[in-house]
Amino acid sequence: MSKNWPLWEIFVRSKNGLEHRHFGSLHAADAEMALENARDVYTRRNEGVSIWVVESKNITASNPEHNGEMFEPAQDKVYRHPTFYDLPDEVKHM
Amino acid sequence: MSEKEIKNLEAIFEARIARDEKIEPKDWMPEKYRQTHIRQMSQHAHSEIIGMLPEGNWITRAPSLRRKAALLAKVQDEAGHGLYLYSACETLGISRDELYEQLHSGKAKYSSIFNYPTITWADMGAIGWLVDGAAIINQVPLCNTSFGPYARAMVRVCKEESFHQRQGYEIMLTLCRGTEEQKAMAQDALNRWWWPSLMMLGPTDAESIHTEQSMKWKLKRKSNDELRQQFIDQTVPQADILGLTIPDPDLKWNEETGHYDFGEIDWDEFWQVVKGHGPCNKERLGARVDAWNNGKWVRDAAMAYAEKKEANKLKQAI
Repeated sequence: MSKNWPLWEIFVRSKNGLEHRHFGSLHAADAEMALENARDVYTRRNEGVSIWVVESKNITASNPEHNGEMFEPAQDKVYRHPTFYDLPDEVKHM
Repeated sequence: MSEKEIKNLEAIFEARIARDEKIEPKDWMPEKYRQTHIRQMSQHAHSEIIGMLPEGNWITRAPSLRRKAALLAKVQDEAGHGLYLYSACETLGISRDELYEQLHSGKAKYSSIFNYPTITWADMGAIGWLVDGAAIINQVPLCNTSFGPYARAMVRVCKEESFHQRQGYEIMLTLCRGTEEQKAMAQDALNRWWWPSLMMLGPTDAESIHTEQSMKWKLKRKSNDELRQQFIDQTVPQADILGLTIPDPDLKWNEETGHYDFGEIDWDEFWQVVKGHGPCNKERLGARVDAWNNGKWVRDAAMAYAEKKEANKLKQAI
């Protein structure tokens, strides 16, 4: 019985100062191989200075069907934005 | 879910696409959208993987180190493109194993162009120039397709692909500026790859059964015939620069339409190749299946080693 290589999600920092960003996924037997494969699959043209690999099964994702409860409550809270507050023009930059 | 509820969801879904919103893997989608995307994306991935074979044939025989390094890099890109596309396809809930199984059993198709043989070095030039040229025309509109993972994969693919076409054209240019024999070799390659390249852009609009639905889902932005015309219009002047003759006696500039008119395409040949009767169908699929089967012990050993290391780590922790 052969087992298939698990799926890994690949995150790459394209240069120092920027965050790691999701680049895609790939299959590998273990974390070390996932890193090596990620180098070849996603950074053949100097796209990165650092790679994170995370086995896909370890990611918990929100369900888009619950986007209503999840994200809509933020929509009616305009007072969280600076433009909600009326200030006279004389106050130039605030 | 009742039929009415599904209809309602479908209407919301179509409206999202019409507004140019992207669809992500966990979003609700009609079953047909999922199936069509699995079919097209996997076909695309398979084409990248099988597409390595005709060129792999020439890596060891490239005429210089410069050419060899470039060809190797191009073939490696194709492996990469296949992998981007397979993993984008897997987000739709199909496993890599199922995708391979569909390719190996012949259930899934790949681009018919890869069933033609590469008999001279000039074929590396013609493939880069014409086949990658046609592929780019096909692929650029897909960077804006509605399914997020596919669109993102295509952005990466398109960025990398333009070197492929340029290296091919440079091979042709070098041959055309070389000896009589070298130029004849380039002409011969153009003669053999021209018509298959035109066929690669797919059946005529009248015969293309998926076009209408694919347009709606932005899986397609232009029809096959429009893409083909675009390819011809851009390629003819490039052949002129090389000093080569396109093997079509009916090809001529049409002042009125602002496009080139061209001769009849042999669609019987196209369908023969699609159905598995091209010059290399058996050889290509055979090479792919062998590579997969012969690599099995390596994949198993890597998995066994990973499991052993994991078990040792657990033991040490106790």
